[in-house]
Amino acid sequence: MSNDLITVKGLEKTYRTREGTRIHALSNVDFAVREGEFVTVVGPSGCGKSTLLKILAGILRRSAGIVQMRGQGLEGPSREVGVVFQAPVLLPWRTVLENVMLPVEIQRRDRTRFREEALRYLKMVGLEGFADKYPNELSGGMQQRVGITRALVHDPSLLLMDEPFGALDAMTREMMNLELLRIWTESRKTALLVTHSIPEAVFLADRVIVMSPRPGRISEILEVDLPRPRTLEVINSPAFGRLVSAIRAHFQSLGTLDA
Amino acid sequence: MTDHDDELLDTGARPKGVWQACLRQPEIGLAILLFVVVVGCWEGAVRLFDIPKIVLPSPSAVGAALWLGLSTDFPHHFAVTFFETLGGFVLGAAGGLILGVLVGQSRLMERTVYPYIVAFQTLPKVAIAPIIVIWFGYGMSSKIVITATIAFFPLLANTIVGLRAAPQDQIELLVAFTASRWQVFRLARLPQALPYIFVGLDVAIVLSVIGAIVGEFVGAQAGLGYLILQKNFNMDMAGVFAILIVLSVMGIGLHLVVNAIQRRVVFWMDSSSDKVMGA
Ligand SMILES: Nc1ncnc2c1ncn2[C@@H]1O[C@H](COP(=O)(O)OP(=O)(O)O)[C@@H](O)[C@H]1O
Ligand SMILES: [Mg+2]
Repeated sequence: MSNDLITVKGLEKTYRTREGTRIHALSNVDFAVREGEFVTVVGPSGCGKSTLLKILAGILRRSAGIVQMRGQGLEGPSREVGVVFQAPVLLPWRTVLENVMLPVEIQRRDRTRFREEALRYLKMVGLEGFADKYPNELSGGMQQRVGITRALVHDPSLLLMDEPFGALDAMTREMMNLELLRIWTESRKTALLVTHSIPEAVFLADRVIVMSPRPGRISEILEVDLPRPRTLEVINSPAFGRLVSAIRAHFQSLGTLDA
Repeated sequence: MTDHDDELLDTGARPKGVWQACLRQPEIGLAILLFVVVVGCWEGAVRLFDIPKIVLPSPSAVGAALWLGLSTDFPHHFAVTFFETLGGFVLGAAGGLILGVLVGQSRLMERTVYPYIVAFQTLPKVAIAPIIVIWFGYGMSSKIVITATIAFFPLLANTIVGLRAAPQDQIELLVAFTASRWQVFRLARLPQALPYIFVGLDVAIVLSVIGAIVGEFVGAQAGLGYLILQKNFNMDMAGVFAILIVLSVMGIGLHLVVNAIQRRVVFWMDSSSDKVMGA
């Protein structure tokens, strides 16, 4: 399809450990992400979610298969991608604004123009007035918001997130999910988010990719036809409940429920 | 101190000014008290037992020698030793830092070069000092070279370890944003190495004073080490002690300067959690 941003076909990844054993982390992974879509990947830990995300980010070599961005083979990191890890990974010797500006600096983009962008995004995530603070003066949730701002600042087409709210408490997490949806709606980016929380996966997504372990593979892809914009009330709707229990039942049948 | 005083401290109500400061940080007052007691006992013992000057000079004799020295030839010799110390420190530290950065670029390079560096390090520098004096002469340059060989290793070792200290996800994040090798070095590896590099600098500056003195002991025409040998020869014990005081003041001063620079440069690190790497 022509409006696919990301196409993955027959993707394989095998790690070689130092002792010489092989770990089959991804097996025959096939999927596509449409332009502007929000896709989540859910599965128990160890099923290869981070491996998949790192391959898409171009920081991990695949063993076999095809990964394309707009029909072009993706070899190595791309200027069109923004990434967020589970930990905020802020540089402690840089202020919030300096941290956010990292991609702009690395990619030698116009600093004055993107500085305005950075300040606009910081305002959008509720960190107006924190630009000149250092990371250790911020709470965990605020730090992760800086991490998300950093992933957005250079205006990438694709946002890759690996359990970005995994380290936050439940309440902050719900708030951050809402905020993320708002940012995604406003910025019209394509998003791929990895999580091991089933409700989170359903709440955010247009489609949920369900993975199972040993070897890591896609066991099904579910359409989420809940209306947007979504509020926390969605969680109480029967449609939401059906999707969550379908995924949960799926993991239960595999005996791998830990989410 | 009585129990009653302790109660006053707990409520924090009455003690004021200097007295209050002393109560808050009792170690300052106690350290001064310890100094006064030790010096007092020393002075008393020397006078009481009539200990000869050439065995142990009294504190007052040391003070007099210090005063005399400072107003005559100490400044000149101090300047010589200070210059040798700083020159050797800068040369050795820069060499260790640069080689550390080069060697830290790849594990292969590290494994190839490191055995030779360790072999050189295990060589006692005092043993090669005479050779260096023959090569570089009796002037300041031989002392600078000896000092440099001593200041070199702490920087090298700490730079190599420090350059490996950047967390994996920090590097992966920069690479994901298309950072080049040089950018990863400049943006993450080098700043992460700074706390380690400063530990190396601190060790090196103190060792540099020793290096300069060792060099002067082997053969020199000026400097505080040269002066110690002269005074020793003339059995001027008070003079020797006075120079030792000058030397330790120099060492402490340089150490404090390095620490002050460290606090400015590595401002994001809590100094109490400094990582200590052996020299
Ligand atoms: N660098 C690595 N070397 C060897 N095995 C790895 C490495 N990274 C991940 N693995 C293995 O690959 C599998 C998938 O890991 P990962 O992608 O981190 O899963 P998830 O993110 O879903 O928890 C796990 O069995 C893990 O132990
Ligand atoms: Mg993971």
